Amino acid sequence: MTTLDSSKEIQKNNSEVNETHEDFRMFGLITFLIADGMTFAGFFAAYLTYKAVNPLPDGAIYELELPIPTLNTILLLVSSATFHKAGKALLKDKNSDSQKWLFFTAFLGIIFLICQLFEYFHLPFGLTDNLFASTFYALTGFHGLHVTLGTLMILIIAWQSRINGGRLTSQNMFPLEAVELYWHFVDGIWVVLFIILYLL
Amino acid sequence: MTISIDPQNTNNESLQPKGWLRYFSFSLDHKVIGIQYLVCGFLFYLIGGTLASAIRIELASPMSDFMPRDVYNQVLTLHGTIMIFLWIVPVVNGAFGNYLIPFYVGARDMAFPRLNAVAFWLIPPSGLMLVASYFVEGAAQAGWTAYPPLSITTPQSGQIIWILSVLLLGGSSIFGGINFIATIIKLRRPGLKLMQLPMYCWAMLGTSLLVVLSTPVLAGTLILLSFDIIANTGFFNPVLGGNVVVYQHLFWFYSHPAVYIMVLPAFGLVSEILPVHARKPLFGYTTMVFSIMGIVVLGLVVWAHHMFTSGTPPWMRLFFTIATAFIAVPTGIKFFNWVATLWGGKISINSAMLFSCGFIINFVFGGITGVALAQVPFDIHVHDTYFVVAHFHYIVYGGTVFIIFSSIYHWFPKVTGKMLNEKLGILHFIITFIGFNLCFAPQHWLGLNGMPRRVAEYDPQFQFVNQISSLGALLMAISTIPFLINVFLSVRNGKNAGDNPWNALTPEWLTSSPPPVENWEGEAPLVEEPYGYGKEISEQK
Repeated sequence: MTTLDSSKEIQKNNSEVNETHEDFRMFGLITFLIADGMTFAGFFAAYLTYKAVNPLPDGAIYELELPIPTLNTILLLVSSATFHKAGKALLKDKNSDSQKWLFFTAFLGIIFLICQLFEYFHLPFGLTDNLFASTFYALTGFHGLHVTLGTLMILIIAWQSRINGGRLTSQNMFPLEAVELYWHFVDGIWVVLFIILYLL
Repeated sequence: MTISIDPQNTNNESLQPKGWLRYFSFSLDHKVIGIQYLVCGFLFYLIGGTLASAIRIELASPMSDFMPRDVYNQVLTLHGTIMIFLWIVPVVNGAFGNYLIPFYVGARDMAFPRLNAVAFWLIPPSGLMLVASYFVEGAAQAGWTAYPPLSITTPQSGQIIWILSVLLLGGSSIFGGINFIATIIKLRRPGLKLMQLPMYCWAMLGTSLLVVLSTPVLAGTLILLSFDIIANTGFFNPVLGGNVVVYQHLFWFYSHPAVYIMVLPAFGLVSEILPVHARKPLFGYTTMVFSIMGIVVLGLVVWAHHMFTSGTPPWMRLFFTIATAFIAVPTGIKFFNWVATLWGGKISINSAMLFSCGFIINFVFGGITGVALAQVPFDIHVHDTYFVVAHFHYIVYGGTVFIIFSSIYHWFPKVTGKMLNEKLGILHFIITFIGFNLCFAPQHWLGLNGMPRRVAEYDPQFQFVNQISSLGALLMAISTIPFLINVFLSVRNGKNAGDNPWNALTPEWLTSSPPPVENWEGEAPLVEEPYGYGKEISEQK
């Protein structure tokens, strides 16, 4: 990914040794996640302001049931742990174990999304019912989009770690590390979202 | 972990287009991308300038006779959006940043070349989409701020295209910001310390931090706004229980830092240009660095000074007035440092220097009106009048655009190997400077006397002053002609510049002009004193 554009100069100067530089893809990813986190921060700030200054009309329904989101919190926290296991296994060159853990993590992500949809279909309010409902769907929906992307990426790297001829090896850990960081980030956002949206 | 650069594995050079064709390709070379940003931005500047001329023609008479009112609203919205998101931000960050930063940190390219090319190629489609929105039910009409409920009630298709376009441009800006931060922090040549970097690196580091921290908030806000428009939610719609002030807070949380995103790189560029043409070291390097970082921190906590008339509670007014007044301190430090850099220098009066000096004059004027606007009683009097328009244009045109031109005169020899014609350059400066001040200085008076902004019709008592302003705008439009002639003539048969026509010491001048593909024939030079002018040559080596 981070290879420099080819040129005669490089080939001339480094015909015997390849030029190397530090890998800063992770640094770039962290910067991106900070930016992504700021989007959520904006949403949270809007939600909290609404809560503080915009009273809902009389008769507005805004109760949330706790069981499903609590289950979802547990699912995501467990999935963070299983993802970590996948990394550990890959580090020890146990590629097939790693792949199993990755599929299990993706499975937990899919269960999370199914639970989320189940909750959506059983809530007593819709997107445009009131301000709380709109903010609720915007926040959880935007987070759900992140989980969907994360699950897809996990499936991609799980496919990359196929036992023979896969790209994902203990020598090339970056795809796994990057997706893992992203996944932990999405989990962290969920915990904040769970506290602010469901518990507060 | 390290990454090895295997020449066998990289793109085959023979597959990359050569000559002018490479500017239309998905090139990974930071120099090509920089020029792509500059030329693309300049084309949009011509479109935005045409729209500005249309506005000034309309305002030459009190009645709305040149165009219908709704078209006027579309024109001013497109003018603002194009000038900010497609000209100033991409050029002063993307163009000069991409061209210069890898030289300044002693690298062969940016940290993420592919991301860099993606960031650029997001711009032309979103810009074209924005301009084309005029032809579908009319473009957005709610101004570049897109305040609801106005943006919710005006025709929807134009507003939605506007939102999509700004989202894409914001994404481009964030990708660029990530790239600059990684390049400046991680890609420095071994042995080059942070405090030895040319000032533009610091300016771009500060700007990129602002981009990364504040642009995503705008993106989130615009997504909510598009929900209000498309899905009939009520985030910002008071009729449905929403809150318009929340939009203003979120919008200005990005858009006040956006002013610094537009002007901080210009601070950096002028700090590169002045020492070269005054033959003196940059005065107060360390204070410059701390002022930039001070502006970055303060710039994130002053946004509500745009909202003093939005029912802001007293404590908020007090806090944001004081915070805004504080920004004058680091900005003032920088201003005095530039003056001190010029003081006693061996000044060459050339186009680059003239535009930089014009910047200093205009910018201090815009800065003073800025401090005035931060004061609540005064702001309530002139809010949404032409005084604000005048202040803003003194900062972004008199400030940043002057520096863009100054930088083009300064770095043109580096990019092309040819000099620009000085006589045409000085003519360009004189017309621009007179035209600019003639156009915007009278608008302070208009605003103080109560002429509201963003309306096509006004009280006939303001006609004479408006006509002076329109005359200034005409001069500004004319000033582009000598510049374009100059560029076209000089690219074809300009005087050969040699590698270092200004005898400058910053790293980009220590390679050939135009530079080779990977910037240096051999290893990148270690420039410990980029501003070591006025010393013996033996001392420098």
